[in-house]
Amino acid sequence: MTADSEIATPLFARLRDLIGAETPVALATVIEGPHLGAKLLVSTSISSTDPETLGSLGDVDLDRVVGRDMLGELAAGRTGIRRYGPQGQARSDEVSVFIESFAPPPQMLIFGAVDFTAALTNVAKFLGYRVTVCDARPMFATKKRFPRADVVAVDWPNRLLEEVGDQLGERDAVAVLTHDAKFDIPAITSALATNVGYIGVMGSRRTHDDRTKRLIDAGLTNDELARLRSPIGIDLGGRTPEETAISIVAEIIALRTGRDVPALTNTHGAIHRT
Amino acid sequence: MKELLNDLDRWQRQGKAIAVARVVDLDGSGPRLPGAAMAVNEDGEVAGSVSGGCVEGAVVTEALEIIETGDRRTVTFGYSDDEAFAVGLTCGGTIHLFIEPLDW
Repeated sequence: MTADSEIATPLFARLRDLIGAETPVALATVIEGPHLGAKLLVSTSISSTDPETLGSLGDVDLDRVVGRDMLGELAAGRTGIRRYGPQGQARSDEVSVFIESFAPPPQMLIFGAVDFTAALTNVAKFLGYRVTVCDARPMFATKKRFPRADVVAVDWPNRLLEEVGDQLGERDAVAVLTHDAKFDIPAITSALATNVGYIGVMGSRRTHDDRTKRLIDAGLTNDELARLRSPIGIDLGGRTPEETAISIVAEIIALRTGRDVPALTNTHGAIHRT
Repeated sequence: MKELLNDLDRWQRQGKAIAVARVVDLDGSGPRLPGAAMAVNEDGEVAGSVSGGCVEGAVVTEALEIIETGDRRTVTFGYSDDEAFAVGLTCGGTIHLFIEPLDW
């Protein structure tokens, strides 16, 4: 990008940089009314309390009202049209403003550096997740084995979640793929302490039953256990790590959209049939 | 628009005039949600998409005209849309696109 084009399109340049830095940013454009095409950019970052604003929709009061609405839309990750009076009046509709939210990518934390992890990492990247792979064993948790992961952490799940757990929300996902009790149990209990939207735990029916007992022993309530998708994924009948990865992300999508799909959590019988 | 940034950057560096079309609203079923975007440069190169491939050809025509004139406008494509274009969405929905030059 040359200095000339930066000057010619300052709002776009700033938008591009903020999206690149994964800073939440919203862009408002007048699509009907006076000042057609006028733009206002609002962004929020953890490091500053005041939102950054750039540009104008052509009226200082309209900017104030729309700027306030943009923060709400951005927090909810919503994109759509809102209508205002020429000075931002409610119950008027002379000005249509298209507000587009650019939220940072959702996160997926995968615990356990196993074969399934590489396949799930690839599928999650394909869907736009920022992926962290975490395993306490340095021999397995390597960037070389998981080249597409954004972060490969050699750590215990509870320690990693202490660090990043408060960043997790409804759109984010935790997948526990270890099926090793000494690793699973701390991963699950620490994930349940966050607001993460999806917690899936891998294992056979027998592993699941055994793990449920251990989790009850560890003091988890029925409500907490009900948050777990275990065994992880939908009942797709697949076998390979790649097919399993698809069944996991399919479950995440179905939970978001509220569609009723046969999840292994709710079905019975062998996961793999011959 | 996120997925267009690399192409937009490159075209800007090459000094190309660009138009961007964004889905701003849809009625009924539509393949892409508001925010889906495509961009066209003065040579007719295309990045991104705004439907399942149903209306992209017509959007290129509109975008090239907008690059020429510098206008910005909302364009509607739909099953029942009998004005302007003889293209529609096979899914039966209607999409509203805002198309404008990248001059901001």
